[in-house]
Amino acid sequence: MTADIAAILLQDGIANGAIYILLATVLVLVFTVTRVIFVPQGDLVAFTALTLAAFDAGTIPGTVWILLFGAAIALSLEMLEAVARRDRARCVRSIIQFGVVPVAVALLAVLLVPKDAPLLWKMAVTCALVTCISPVIYRIVFQPIASASPLVLLIAAIATHLGMNSIGLQVFGAEGVRTQGFSGPPLSFAGQLISQQVAGVVASSIVLVFVLYLFFHRSLRGRALLAAAYNRRGAEIVGISAAAAGRTAFIVAGLVGAVSGLLVGPMTTLYYDSGFILGLKGFVGAIVGGLAIYPLAAAGAVLVGAVESFASFWASAYRDIIVFMLIIPILFWRSVVNPHAEDGIE
Amino acid sequence: MIGRLLALAPFIAVAVAALASLVLPAYQVSVATYVMIASIVCTGLVLMTGIAGMVSFGQAAFVGFGAYTSACMSTQFGLSPWLGLAGATIGAAATAALIGVVTVRMSGHYLALATLCFGISFYFGIGNADAFGRFNGMTGIPPVTVGGFELRSERQAFGLVLVALVLSVAWCRRLLASRCGRVLRSLRTGSTIAETFGANAQRHRLLAFVAAAVVAALAGWLYAHVQRFINPTPFGLNASIDYLFMTVIGGSGQVWGALVGAGLVTVIKHELQDLLRPVFGATARFELLVFAALMIIVLHKARKGLWPFLQQVVASHMPPRAPVAPVTLTSRRGRPDQGLPVLTAIGLRRMFGGLVAVDDVSFDVRSGEILGVLGPNGAGKSTLFNLISGGLQRSGGELSFLGAPLARVSARDMCVRGLSRTFQHAALVPEMSLIENVAIGATHLGRCGIVAASLGLDAREERQLLGWAQHLLDRVGLGDRAWELAGTLSLGHQRILEIARALAADPVLVLLDEPAAGLRANEKTLLAELLVRLRAEGLAIVLVEHDMEFVFRLADRLMVMNFGRRIAFGDPEEVRADTGVQEAYLGVAA
Repeated sequence: MTADIAAILLQDGIANGAIYILLATVLVLVFTVTRVIFVPQGDLVAFTALTLAAFDAGTIPGTVWILLFGAAIALSLEMLEAVARRDRARCVRSIIQFGVVPVAVALLAVLLVPKDAPLLWKMAVTCALVTCISPVIYRIVFQPIASASPLVLLIAAIATHLGMNSIGLQVFGAEGVRTQGFSGPPLSFAGQLISQQVAGVVASSIVLVFVLYLFFHRSLRGRALLAAAYNRRGAEIVGISAAAAGRTAFIVAGLVGAVSGLLVGPMTTLYYDSGFILGLKGFVGAIVGGLAIYPLAAAGAVLVGAVESFASFWASAYRDIIVFMLIIPILFWRSVVNPHAEDGIE
Repeated sequence: MIGRLLALAPFIAVAVAALASLVLPAYQVSVATYVMIASIVCTGLVLMTGIAGMVSFGQAAFVGFGAYTSACMSTQFGLSPWLGLAGATIGAAATAALIGVVTVRMSGHYLALATLCFGISFYFGIGNADAFGRFNGMTGIPPVTVGGFELRSERQAFGLVLVALVLSVAWCRRLLASRCGRVLRSLRTGSTIAETFGANAQRHRLLAFVAAAVVAALAGWLYAHVQRFINPTPFGLNASIDYLFMTVIGGSGQVWGALVGAGLVTVIKHELQDLLRPVFGATARFELLVFAALMIIVLHKARKGLWPFLQQVVASHMPPRAPVAPVTLTSRRGRPDQGLPVLTAIGLRRMFGGLVAVDDVSFDVRSGEILGVLGPNGAGKSTLFNLISGGLQRSGGELSFLGAPLARVSARDMCVRGLSRTFQHAALVPEMSLIENVAIGATHLGRCGIVAASLGLDAREERQLLGWAQHLLDRVGLGDRAWELAGTLSLGHQRILEIARALAADPVLVLLDEPAAGLRANEKTLLAELLVRLRAEGLAIVLVEHDMEFVFRLADRLMVMNFGRRIAFGDPEEVRADTGVQEAYLGVAA
């Protein structure tokens, strides 16, 4: 291997790592707030790319139907509960949350995105669609069992992933897509040629992580989320609703998932079921940080990206295996550094 | 009549299954064979997930491990499938032990994710390896031979799998009823109970994980030699998820749940495919969506699965369990002479960050004495208990037990040394019977391990341990309810049950954390009589209690704490007259 190849591999690794950072950050966020290991995050990433590709092809993306169908279920669940409690304010709120907003976004996607619309507008609508799906998932699957153990929540997350996989195949079909991204002549940086795509991905990732940082440390909503993450009961007592915190965390997860999908779409061909492996790699990165420490999780994500890109050069067929088996030494290291008390299943 | 039928139900079921395999068409026999193989995997998962509270998303990989190991050994080296079975189970045990050692020390979801990664890696690994025929798999696997006779037909394979299933279920049930099994069953509630009574929780967790992997490898071995060709598909992640769902839907707390789940899920999947195909077309995988939805509904509405519903119906008809003959174990430790110090603490301190929860507390407890500890809420009494019993490490001070200085205090070690305790918030295993809960206390008195339990060599010891538990239940007055579930007891009786469990550990010193809370007046009197008798037998007792009258009636000496400090220590009458104590309790101005 020459230095040139190594440099190219490293670039690739860093670009992938930048996406895993986003996934890892969101996984950590959702886990700390709701204790859900949000496996379907990867599916959202894949759905984003598939949605954008559908817009490019001039068809109505299947995401619209997923959103409408999911929102209908969420709305009926919410209304049943609100009516049973005679809570009129909640009725109105849930009609807006799960009725008006999803329908508006769906109409937008159906009516106002012609085939030749500018790429940025398509991307924006794609983001809106995918972001709306995420809180719907939270409402249907996780909110009713919010107080269950992480293990039960994990099983539910895996079940959700299975369901999304099945829907994905139905509405998007089995073909893979590759979307448009940053294009143009490569940039020169410190004597290295760097493609615009790589530069764009890294820059977007850094900006997004910075925005998330500002959100959590400067805004009231973000701080409330952190409070809920730190102590659920305590947060409820001072008036922070755990359900609202969970919903916010999932909205952020959806948004970041959508952006990750836009970034990763041009770099690799995505299928309806590609998301799972992507999400899992982000997860391996997140575990480096013990599912809690943001900068470490980011470093872990870059490590995963780099290992993956070098592994694909040396032993392409075993690329994923090498990445996933990385988790064993990482877990070993973590268990030595920071052994946790075990929590029972109930 | 119904009761007797139910007791015989497992045998009847096996007989019916054996007969059915002779009359049913070959196709149905082979479907039933695969359901039984799945049931074997689920039996292991019950042990691991339902009982010990760990989740595995890589169980199918262990099945594949067993299948491929034995297939390789028999096709490429021409070895007998029986050697393959040995290779498969030993290999799976070693792999599981490696993954387990790395993860059992951490929270549950790490193990789940490690198994997930292992499962995916295994699938891609064998799918890309030339030695295993890549994704095409391996063919020409020989059938199992018994005494020179090859089991080739569907019916013969059915027989083999049925025997394996019966053996695994029987083994699993025997293991769960044993000394190790009781500790395993306590792990669902966390590590506290196991560690407090001298059992290594991590080791037991690892044991459950390895046992589940071995059972999975057995299923894989059967699969390989029944189907006679294998490829990676049935060992992928989806299969692992299926196994887990079968276990959860069936009811992961009971071995029978595994059988119900495996049968139900296989049938539902099959039927759904047939049902949905004409509606959505052959390519749609909507059965997965329906399946996922079902799973989520089960998690929402019946997290313990379907078996408990069946069990309710069955339980009312079950004949009552035969009472166990009480046994008095002679104490293995020499009791210290009356009045000698058992525990001595000098200058004990514990800080939580800047907060000093226990500050410079010194006291001693003597054998044959009841030391009462009083203090308002937040005075540091429970922290003090945890420092002594090993729940927490002290920040400073000296501690010695029976004259031996203690450098580091661990709960397990203290139990073996002769300290036992109850908890302020009763820590029992609600779905276990009273007598078994008490027998957990006697865990460190037994010797038989998992091997002895599997072979049934622990019968004598079990009679002793359960008899001892029955004896203690009789002592605390719960003897006639021995086989009821602990979860059905009132809060007051749960505390009494905890006392029986603490005594089962054959202690020199017991720490009782508010034992009288929630008891009625006559029950308090009975409890007081029990404590007096225990004192007369030379036991040292530390009693934390808010009921002043109860404490003053019983205590030989009293210690009063406030804000983490000892504010009075000595004779009850002196303490009662102490002005500091009156201030702490009555708020008299200084």
